[in-house]
Formats: sequence, C-alpha cells, structure tokens
Amino acid sequence: MADITAPAYRTIPIVPALKPGAMEGKGPYIANDKHQEALGFPGQLVDNWHDKAIAKMGELLGKFRSLRVYMDACVHCGACADKCHYFIGTQDPKNMPVARQDLMRSVYRRYFTFAGKYFPKLVGARDLTREVLDEWYNYFHQCSECRRCSVFCPYGIDTAEVTMAAREILASIGMGQKYSNEIIGKVHKIGNNLGLPEPALRDTLEGLEEDVKDDTGLDIRFPLDVKGAEVLLITPSADFFAEPHIDGLIGYAKVFHATGTSWTLSSMASEGANFGMFIGSYDQLRKIALRIREAALELGVKRIVVGECGHAWRVAYSFWNTLSGVGDGADETDRFAQMLQRQLDHRYKQPTHICEFTWDLIQRDALKFDKSKNDKYVITFHDSCNVARGSRMGDTPGGQFEIPRNIIKAVANNFVEMDPNTTRERTFCCGGGGGLLTDDLMDLRVKGALPRMEVLNQAVQQHGVNYMAAICAICKTQFSKVMPVYGFDRRMVGGVHQLVSNAIILGDN
Amino acid sequence: MSILVAILFYFAVLVFAAGLIYRIGLYARTPAPLKIPTTPAPTTRGGVVLRMTREVVLFESLFKGNLWTWAMGWLFHVSLAVVTVRHLRYFLEPVPAWVGFIQPFGQYAGITMVIGLFGLWARRLFVERIRYISTPSDHLWLVVLIVIGLSGLLMSFVVHTDVIGVKNFFVGLLQFRIGAVPSDILLLGHLFLVFALLALFPISKLLHAPGVFFSPTRNQTDNPREHRHLSAWASKLESEN
Ligand code: SF4
Ligand code: SF4
Repeated sequence: MADITAPAYRTIPIVPALKPGAMEGKGPYIANDKHQEALGFPGQLVDNWHDKAIAKMGELLGKFRSLRVYMDACVHCGACADKCHYFIGTQDPKNMPVARQDLMRSVYRRYFTFAGKYFPKLVGARDLTREVLDEWYNYFHQCSECRRCSVFCPYGIDTAEVTMAAREILASIGMGQKYSNEIIGKVHKIGNNLGLPEPALRDTLEGLEEDVKDDTGLDIRFPLDVKGAEVLLITPSADFFAEPHIDGLIGYAKVFHATGTSWTLSSMASEGANFGMFIGSYDQLRKIALRIREAALELGVKRIVVGECGHAWRVAYSFWNTLSGVGDGADETDRFAQMLQRQLDHRYKQPTHICEFTWDLIQRDALKFDKSKNDKYVITFHDSCNVARGSRMGDTPGGQFEIPRNIIKAVANNFVEMDPNTTRERTFCCGGGGGLLTDDLMDLRVKGALPRMEVLNQAVQQHGVNYMAAICAICKTQFSKVMPVYGFDRRMVGGVHQLVSNAIILGDN
Repeated sequence: MSILVAILFYFAVLVFAAGLIYRIGLYARTPAPLKIPTTPAPTTRGGVVLRMTREVVLFESLFKGNLWTWAMGWLFHVSLAVVTVRHLRYFLEPVPAWVGFIQPFGQYAGITMVIGLFGLWARRLFVERIRYISTPSDHLWLVVLIVIGLSGLLMSFVVHTDVIGVKNFFVGLLQFRIGAVPSDILLLGHLFLVFALLALFPISKLLHAPGVFFSPTRNQTDNPREHRHLSAWASKLESEN
C-alpha cells in the first residue's frame, strides 16, 4: 500500500486528458489449474485457444440478446466515454466504456461480420491474437460491471454485459481470474466466500451473541440452521466478522429481536455474494443461487431476506426467480419453481431486502429509535452501483434510492446529500466492485475511487460529513481500504443498519 | 444509364429489406435469459412503451449523457425523418396532402440535417476522446451522409434538376417500368450514395436503428420478483436435474 498514492482531485469535474497506455499491464493474477478445474474450466491456456474462444463467442452471441445487439448497435457517439470511474481515475483511453467494448467488438467484427471479414481496417476489425487476448484479460479486469455507462448510452449498451462475456470466454480457454474463481470454489466446497466452515461460523455467531449481550444486556440471538424459522437471512459472509460490516449484522439482529421475528442463517447458504455474475458464467451464477433454494427448502422458511450487499441484491432481486425460483408468479406447470413458491409467504416480497424489511416496520411504527444516538454523525449516502442500476426496492421505480435514505432519516438527525451528478442512478462505483476487490489490483482500486472521493471531499468541506453510509459489503471493504489513501478515516464508511443498531430502542421482547 | 440506375435501385432495396429482416429476425430469436433493465425502470408494459418512445423520439439517455452530441444528433435524425417523408412525393402519385404540407419544411430540414452532420463530425475530429474511438468507417458514414445532403440541397436550391423526370422514373420503377432517368451528375451521385447506404445498412453501424428496440436494458419490464422470467435454453437446465 505504501507505494500507492491517490491521484489528485480535479478542480472542476472536467473530462481528463487521455494517457494512452497508462494502465497497460498483465492484469490481476490468473487462476491456477486447481481453481480453474474446480469450476469445470481448463487449468491452463488450451492449445487451440483461438478457435475455442471464437466458438465460445459465437455461442454467447446466440444465447444473449444483450451481447448480440450491443456488438452491432454502437455508433461510437462517445456519450459513455467519460462516464466510467476507471477512465476518470486512470485516464487510460481503453477504460472508456466504448473503447472497452471495442476490444471485443473489433474481434466480433473480424469473425462475425461481412465488413470486418473483407474490410477489417475500415471498421476497426482485428484478429484475435495472443496480444489481443492479454489486452482483454487486462482491461476486462478494469471494469467493475457497474453499468454507469449504460445509463447514458442512447441504445442502453451495457458494458458490463460485454465484460461478463469476455471473462466467460477467457475462463473457458484457461484464463480465469484467480480472485473470483478461488472464491467461487470456496462457496461450492464450504458454503461461503470466506471459507468459514459450519463449526467456525457457529462459534463466530455465539461470540457475537456474547458481545452484544455485554453491550446491551439483552439476549439477542444469531440463530443458525433453525428449521421452521420464518425468515432466512442471506447476507454476504463479510458481515460475520469484517469491519464495519459486522455492525450491520448486529443491526439486522436487533431489528428481528425488536419485532420478535423468528429468523435463521444457513450454514449451507452462508453467503449472499454471487461471484458467478462477475465472471459472466450463467452456469456458476445458477449453481451458487441454487444453494439458497436448497437451504430455503430444507429449513422450510416462509420469507427470504437479503442483507446489505450490492451485487448480491442485484442477483437476488433480478435473477433469483429465474435461477432458483425464489420469487413469485411461476406458472402452475412450473414444478421446479412451484416447489419453493408454494412454501413462501406471498404477502411479502420474495426476496425482501433488509432495508425494505426495516422500512416496512418503521412505517408500521413497530420500531422505536433514539435518534440522538447518531448525533455525532453528519451522514451522507453512497448509492451502491448494483442496487442503484440493477435492482429495486419497494413498489415504485427508484425505491432503491428512497428507502435507505428514509431509514437513515428515521434513525439519525443529520443527513446531507452529495453532488446529484454522482448519486442515485448516476452514482459512481466504489472502485472495487465486479470481482476487482483484490490486493493485486490495489492501484486500480485507488484510482477508481477518485470520482467518489472528490465529491465526498466536497461534502466534508461543505457540511462536515463524517459518516458515509453504504449498503454493500464490497463498498464497505473497498472504502475502508482506500479512504486512508485519500486522507480520510477508514471508519467513515459504515452500513445503514449500523446506524439502525445505534439508535434502536429495544424493549422487552 | 437508366437501366443501371434501375438495377441498382432494385438491388439496394432488396438487400436493404432482406438484410434488415434477417437481422431483426436474429435479434428477435436470440433469447434474453436474465432480467437486466437499467433501473430505475418501468414496472409495467405501458411504462416500457413510454420509456422506449422517449428513447426513440427524444434520445433521452443521450440527453443525459452529452448535450452537444444530443443536440447535433437529434437535429440530424429529426431532419432526416422530415426529409425522408418529403421525398415520398417522388414516389407517390397523386401526392398525399400531408406530404405536400411537409414540403416547405422538408427543404429547410435538408439544411438543418447537414448542420447536424457537420456538428457531429466536428466532435469526431476535434474532441480527443471521440477521435480516439472513431474508426475510418465512422468518418466515412458522416461524409457519405453529408454528400447526400449537400447534393440534395444543391438540386433544391441552386441547380434545379428535372424533378418531373425524376418522379416519372421512380413512379415507373415502382410499377416495374424502366423509363429514362435525367442524366444530371448531381442527381446520379445523390442516388448512387443513397443506394449504397441502403445496401450497406444491414451490415453496418446503421443497425443501431433496429437495435435500440431490442436492447434488454431499455425494453424489459422491471418485475423480476413478480413474474418468473425464463428463456428456453435456461429452462432446459432445470429438466436436466
Ligand atoms: S460498467 Fe462501469 S466500470 Fe464497466 S465500463 Fe461501464 S462505467 Fe466503467
Ligand atoms: S454511448 Fe453507446 S453508442 Fe455511444 S459510444 Fe458509448 S456504447 Fe457506443
């Protein structure tokens, strides 16, 4: 960390000048054969990688309309060009979303279009060479799949979809990413990203019960594998012991305690994160999601609630129903989904975000708060990219912005907004999303955080902000790591339920 | 010459139609296995229709993205639409009243269209990041459109071509009769470029026009919790276990 310094804030948010080649390099560590093979990918770069890569691309073009349309539709208008936090932070032109897509589009044109086959120079088509492959690996691991670019594109082109496809192609020819694939292996083998086995998890939770008892004098439970509980809580495993995540978990437990909700965690599905999305593998996405289905069926729960995590909530909200049947509205004949959907209680949204859960209780006056407990804070809210642009909360579009803010305002007195060009649907990624939260990408992570740090700094100067709330495990980890590089206290970042936890008044339930 | 122009006309129209139908068929057939609307997104079908209409008519997202590109791009596209409608008068006899009504606007739209194109090209030439992402074909398309526009304007305002002759020729072509095309170099250049544009449309970036309607981030309804969304290939995975 010592050698990594923060880039300078821009005085006004102007578009930075290009610095070609600024982020050239090898990219993050490549997965070794063990990590690759555990997921069914080849251990090494295969001999016929060229043909296999092109064949895989053809397969994905046939399976995903997004990729098919996005490869054709871009007109190089450049509206997306200056919208990516990695471009702003690194100034490398290949981090402009359109240029990132073009890394793949140039190959698509060469092999799949008439113009690219016969007039490659004219349309910027190129062969898939080893250099191109390495360039893919490097720059497709400088995208956090945050979808900010897709907000501004006249055709809704989502670079995240292209990045996912590229990573899937790379993994399928033996060039997977170590960080993501190793973690996915742990989920399959042990049940969570951290590789925390059931006994260790049980220990951790018991320790937590004691700590909370010392703190509050109350018997607040953190139940594990309780059959017949009403609520199954699926949360990122970082919540079990990382700082500041754990304070959020305590917050959820207090909310459940205050309302006498019977709830449980599951050792089989002790992970809300789903890195299958990061590596663009439908197969892995689905396999990881199926663990939650299994746990829900086995424990016989009526509701599934998801803790504070950005991409996990996108996967849960947008994909679970498709992947595993956690949701509503399956056909009568759809036996796979009905098996689970008959068990769930459809008076509630399935799945429910913990913020939806808490806000619902607040609206029904079921929770009491002492707001002054948060008076030491001037709070702002960082919208996490996957929640903001890939999901929803509540009944109306934009609920994902209002509900967390409403909760904060219900439990604290001092709330201010950051620059509106960087919040809600226009929010910037923390710089560590999409499978990039690894030490071997620290330089990128620091630079990618620049746009958020700039506006946070403004809010600190103008309003004295000293707490930035986020509802994402990756945001929390990333910010507590990079904020010190920008001269902020690492404890400035925390969860929304950490604030809930501070202010909640627990009676005798 | 008339026969050559006629052949090129039929060829271009045929390739345009067949190519576009093929491409649209391909887009329509390719499944969208996951719900990926860029949120906040409409929760109802009607809302999606509105969102798409705003996108196609007003270029809403581009407006958020870059004002200058939006202004020039929108000016160009709207002008092009008006100009295209105006040109119906060369194919339809009698000329419908609404085409007649648009005639004066159509002529000036030719001017605004070219202004828009120059604006877009200026961006491509002078803004560093846009220049970086531009391929030769990006420039070429702008040049082609500008030449089409300018040659058209010249015929409208400066060296008038024999519009009656043009009209007779095209009305004839629509009835599969090949008459005589006025041999006017401006006109022929104008026509050749338009035919080239039509024929190349289905294999070029001009596919953004049909593409926008098939973009899952824009045309999907935000209701994944309420309805199970399942594509054919994905549901097969379920019957396997
Ligand atoms: S998805 Fe996010 S990280 Fe990736 S190119 Fe777009 S803006 Fe950049
Ligand atoms: S905004 Fe869309 S069309 Fe324009 S350059 Fe970016 S991806 Fe291409």
